[in-house]
Amino acid sequence: MDRERVVAIAGNPNVGKSTVFNNLTNLHQHTGNWPGKTVVNATGYCSTEKFSYKMVDIPGTYSLMAHSAEEEVARDFICFGDADAVVVVCDATCLERNLNLVLQTMEITGSVIVCVNLLDEAAKKGIHIDLDALSKELGVPVIGMVARDGKGIDELLDTLDDMMDSERITVKAVAVCCADDGRRMYDSDGRYRICYPDAVEQAIAILEPAAEAVLEETALQYEKCRIGQRKLKGPGPRWLALKLLDYDSALDEGVRTYLQKDICQELPVREALPRAEKLLAQAGLDQKRLEEEIVSSVMATAEEISRAAVANEKERSDLKDRKIDHILTGKWLGYPIMAVLLMVILWLTITGANYPSQMLSKALFWVQDRLTEFFRYMGAPAWLHGMLVLGVYRVLAWVVSVMLPPMAIFFPLFTLLEDVGYLPRIAYNLDKPFKKCCACGKQALTLCMGFGCNAAGVTGCRIIDSPRERLIAILTNSLVPCNGRFPTLIAIITMFFIGTSKGAGTSLLSAILLTLFIMLGVGMTFLVSWLLSRTILKGVPSSFTLELPPYRRPQFGKVIVRSIFDRTLFVLGRAVMVAAPAGLFIWAAANIFVGDQSLLNYCAAMLDPFARLFGLDGVILIAFILGLPANEIVVPIIIMAYMAQGSILEMDSLTEMRNLFVSHGWTWVTAVCTTLFSLMHWPCSTTLLTIKKETGSWKWTFTALVIPTLAGMVLCFIVAQTAYLFI
Amino acid sequence: MKKEFCLNDIHPGQKAVIRELKADGSIHRRLLDIGLVKGTKVECVGRSPGGDPCAFLIRGAVIAIRSEDCGNIMIQLPEGV
Repeated sequence: MDRERVVAIAGNPNVGKSTVFNNLTNLHQHTGNWPGKTVVNATGYCSTEKFSYKMVDIPGTYSLMAHSAEEEVARDFICFGDADAVVVVCDATCLERNLNLVLQTMEITGSVIVCVNLLDEAAKKGIHIDLDALSKELGVPVIGMVARDGKGIDELLDTLDDMMDSERITVKAVAVCCADDGRRMYDSDGRYRICYPDAVEQAIAILEPAAEAVLEETALQYEKCRIGQRKLKGPGPRWLALKLLDYDSALDEGVRTYLQKDICQELPVREALPRAEKLLAQAGLDQKRLEEEIVSSVMATAEEISRAAVANEKERSDLKDRKIDHILTGKWLGYPIMAVLLMVILWLTITGANYPSQMLSKALFWVQDRLTEFFRYMGAPAWLHGMLVLGVYRVLAWVVSVMLPPMAIFFPLFTLLEDVGYLPRIAYNLDKPFKKCCACGKQALTLCMGFGCNAAGVTGCRIIDSPRERLIAILTNSLVPCNGRFPTLIAIITMFFIGTSKGAGTSLLSAILLTLFIMLGVGMTFLVSWLLSRTILKGVPSSFTLELPPYRRPQFGKVIVRSIFDRTLFVLGRAVMVAAPAGLFIWAAANIFVGDQSLLNYCAAMLDPFARLFGLDGVILIAFILGLPANEIVVPIIIMAYMAQGSILEMDSLTEMRNLFVSHGWTWVTAVCTTLFSLMHWPCSTTLLTIKKETGSWKWTFTALVIPTLAGMVLCFIVAQTAYLFI
Repeated sequence: MKKEFCLNDIHPGQKAVIRELKADGSIHRRLLDIGLVKGTKVECVGRSPGGDPCAFLIRGAVIAIRSEDCGNIMIQLPEGV
């Protein structure tokens, strides 16, 4: 069997790169439009009759100049990842900009295949791409694709096979190797030669032989120690020469590993570099100008090629998008639409989850009764039945029946918004307020991710370039409620503020209240961000650019499947894993007695006076403390503690739950304070560990724990004490 | 002396051509990445509800840029403006 071939899949963000990858490997890698999702390379495998391939999905980037973490990962893999071929996926609707990445990749390696994806959308917009002309201009195979329908995938695999067969692709042999003016378009290994201004070309000409000498020497050394019989597949001398001129410290490290030596210290380079630099200086090209010239040349080449290959029916193809933008980001409608959308999503979630939730809980508690009968029949001791059925099983049943239906509705709805392209508009709308707080507009995106899961939101903060603004976003992320907290919020709001009668009006009212609570969380995010950038994280807002991608028709079927499998089940799985041992522990705490009180009640009684200051009671506070691993189990703990000796009471209706709570002294003050505290308290342990991982510091992790806790306590204290004054 | 214009001087619907980037460091590179080089045509296509940032059509993509950065992007107004 032949060795495995490595194929890198590159492309701009949002071009359907992951769809291509998934189609090739049958993996369900969801990278989606939550930006920054792929900051590591995902790998998958596929094979044809001839070869077996290892596919590497590298982060989506616009360029390989390495100005962000994603770009660095992408460039390092293309340069030094030892890939046998690079597939660059392009968006047919804006090919010219995508060609920028194609050309930069082709400068590094000769084995490139270009996939022009989204041909159907381009056709709809009146954009026609002449694939043959594009292939001729670029000198590499070009494949037309509609990846979401699987069109073009087979052709890509065939082309890959051909390319591997001939080692170096043959298209260039057929295509003209010289441009009209006689300039060479490719080097001997098929790398594209972009034409730079004279001064730059002259400087490259001085350095290129030096770089070549170093490369050859390295290749010889490699051969000697039998590291590889193959050629060095990375960048060639011309590209190295260019990068020596356009110095970049991040690249330095990569080159050093690639060549196993410091190229600047090698004699030929040491001799040639000063001459080349002098030449550039004489031409008036400092670092900044040089960068501009290099980028301009690549852009000009892309423009030229796209002129030859792209035909536009209409002068403007984006007018429809602009009209939608005019409404969704308009001066008057922008903010209200966001609020209404949030409310509609919450309403759909609450209403839709109502019945399935009840059915699930009926079913699961029916199973509990059967389990109890089974344990009795087997003559199992009471403590075993208590631990496993009343402890583990009941908490699990609660978590599943309360969490699954809302998540199965909320996540797909949210994914739909993301698929359509609305999320970047939220960031666009909210940038001004975030800027006022000296934070980054992209924080709006990580905040949205927080609605799903705060840990995911914290990881998502990688999309923010400035370290200061990233920290602010991380520290404030848990101020918006995640999916684990929604059920608690919804239950308490419905029980105490709406009444438990059924009907659309009821759920609409709870949706409105929940929206207000969430807006309070968002408001706190702004306030805390503002305070942080005035105190411990001083600084000015750094600049950023944000792309507003074209609106797309979402793929309903795929959205539902993807969000249920990738997100809902993932989050539920985590909750179940945490809930099971927690159930056991809580049951034990409720059934181990210290004197005449259970351990749980004993602790609760101890905390009670303190908790009352904040309008809570000891049980609620201890539930939040025990809920550290997962917020989903807060309500089950409260119920268990109130029911003391674990007497079986079916909590399948909110009315019963309300009665239980009221009989333990709950008033509307308790309800408000519990809701507030649920919105603002310590993040769950997963989130905390994620923060530790992302910031690499216990100090910031601790700060992330203190900030929302403090905010929640202060708010609850104010509410409770004010209320006590009037009652 | 002729007044220098920057990207903040065009309103939604107006077009211009990039003349010079005055920004430095990382934002300079970021602006280059999105295709803002000398001679690039841009069109202002919208303003966010807060009035800032603005959205510009640059090489087929719509990109939002904050006003501080727009102030460093010098432009040539098209004829007759």
